[in-house]
Amino acid sequence: MKRAGAVALNTFREAVRDRVLYNLVFFALLMMAAAIFVGQISIGIEELVIKSLGLSAISVIGLLIAVFIGVGLVYKEMDKRTLYALLAKPVRRWEFLLGKFGGLVLTLAVNTVAMAAGLLAALVYVKQHLERTDTVLFVAIYFILLKLMLVVALALLFSCFSTPLLAILYTSAFYVAGLFVEEMRTFQFATPNPAASWLLRGLSYLLPNFENFNVMAAAAHGREIPGALILQNTAYAALYCIIVLLIAAAVFSRRNLK
Amino acid sequence: MAGATIEIENLTKDYPYGFLHLKKKRSLEGLTMQVEDGEVFGFLGPNGAGKSTTIKLLVGLIFPDAGTASILGKPITDIEMHRDIGYLPEQPYFYDYLTAAEVLDYFARFHDLTAADRSERVKRMLKKVGLETAGKIQLRKYSKGMLQRVGLAQAILHDPKVVILDEPMSGLDPIGRREVRDIILELKREGRTVLFSTHILSDAEMLCDRVGVIVGGKLRGVGAPGEIVGMKTQGMEILFELPASTATSTASANAAGILAKAAKTGDRYRLQVTEEELYAALEQLRSAGAKILSVTQVKATLEEYFMHLIEADRAQAAAVEVSGK
Ligand SMILES: Nc1ncnc2c1ncn2[C@@H]1O[C@H](COP(=O)(O)OP(=O)(O)O)[C@@H](O)[C@H]1O
Ligand SMILES: [Mg+2]
Repeated sequence: MKRAGAVALNTFREAVRDRVLYNLVFFALLMMAAAIFVGQISIGIEELVIKSLGLSAISVIGLLIAVFIGVGLVYKEMDKRTLYALLAKPVRRWEFLLGKFGGLVLTLAVNTVAMAAGLLAALVYVKQHLERTDTVLFVAIYFILLKLMLVVALALLFSCFSTPLLAILYTSAFYVAGLFVEEMRTFQFATPNPAASWLLRGLSYLLPNFENFNVMAAAAHGREIPGALILQNTAYAALYCIIVLLIAAAVFSRRNLK
Repeated sequence: MAGATIEIENLTKDYPYGFLHLKKKRSLEGLTMQVEDGEVFGFLGPNGAGKSTTIKLLVGLIFPDAGTASILGKPITDIEMHRDIGYLPEQPYFYDYLTAAEVLDYFARFHDLTAADRSERVKRMLKKVGLETAGKIQLRKYSKGMLQRVGLAQAILHDPKVVILDEPMSGLDPIGRREVRDIILELKREGRTVLFSTHILSDAEMLCDRVGVIVGGKLRGVGAPGEIVGMKTQGMEILFELPASTATSTASANAAGILAKAAKTGDRYRLQVTEEELYAALEQLRSAGAKILSVTQVKATLEEYFMHLIEADRAQAAAVEVSGK
């Protein structure tokens, strides 16, 4: 665990020393500032605009970071051969993978907190105070983070055996398909074709169900989010990440480095 | 703990290639050898011989198709084995966003060292490999030779019992090579076992207790450096000058025959003779008034030795092909 922690901290350090990261976060904060002005034009719904634009910005920037850094996590170390000296140390390959995963999740968590602070600042600026219903925002942000963890796990898996470009393609495909899992579940009963029904059913279990994590609309309108959903999403994300990481570890542990 | 420090048994590695990786290229074939405790063992072979393949198998970066190996009595699949080994990859590359001190500290973290111990070791290692002034510079600004030094430092940072170095001298200038040689000798003095690969004979001759010669994925011989290569002298080479004043005299007429055999570069002549002919030739040159600059033994170079082995291989392959038909 200590060794995975060392890898995680180093991964975090790499991200922090990368200028791209700051640019993305800066861009997100810029979007929130812009939301204030857009909100001012649309009188009465300015709070709604800031909340939805802010949450979208946090989600999109997080996704960009998760995918673009995620697909290089393992590939880059193999390609540049930085992994060679490391794997000769007493560190297991799965510990390395876990560290890489943890490092990027830590990076995302820090960025998300920074962006969330920006969003709250924008809200306070407009409303002059915060209400109890605004706490729903924190739940929405927590769900975004869970979603990002799933994306990182998938990107990491693909990073173990394909080039970054392909891995971006695979990860995005999984992400987009994962947005339609609910539709697949309903459609499997509607189709008369048993093969298609089976396929849809299989896919709906295989793909990460991202729809459950999207509570942006509810949060923007200040609607309560049931505690059961919070528990369910947490458990789902944890389980899905563990399974994907186990597959990644199985793939990577057998892999010959070039 | 029975057996040698590094025990390699029938190690074989195929690299898949071609469509769907269906074809396989054998890059290491049934390698069996031992490296004894406390010795410096040189792994000699031309490029593509299988040196790096062997070393990467030993440190667990790739996996064998057949065979086994153990280091210090532990199978190479055992993670515990890694506590006691140090490894310098070929043409090493490290995280370029880190400084040398940071990268060494990072690697030290995998060896259960306290923070104080880590920082002390990092300083000591940077000094040892001559990077004390460059320790705070990001590695992206490092030259190849400097990276090689960082690589060496991380390989010996944790006082490993066995040090495995893949082409430790490549990419270094003469001073750097010398420093690496000194470090290897120091490791030997400290009682550590060193296995290093090289394609340069003189490095091996200077450092190794024993060498193993590998060509085309097969081990061709193991022994003291002198026994294996280069000892069959091909004769003696005499380097001499002929003063201009004597060039026209009768004395030089005596030397005419011998001069015809010598190669001239600038003012100097180079003459190659057999060991038996040496004294007669020197006598002739003396009478011709030549100034002898040096007499050296001509050894087969490693390249020639490798070429010889490769040609023997081809001849054998051809013979097999003929008899097969
Ligand atoms: N990743 C790889 N894929 C395919 N072939 C490889 C790979 N690595 C090495 N080889 C082949 O294996 C042989 C041995 O290579 P290597 O061990 O690197 O030689 P050396 O280190 O002695 O120069 C070479 O013919 C090389 O082409
Ligand atoms: Mg090599």
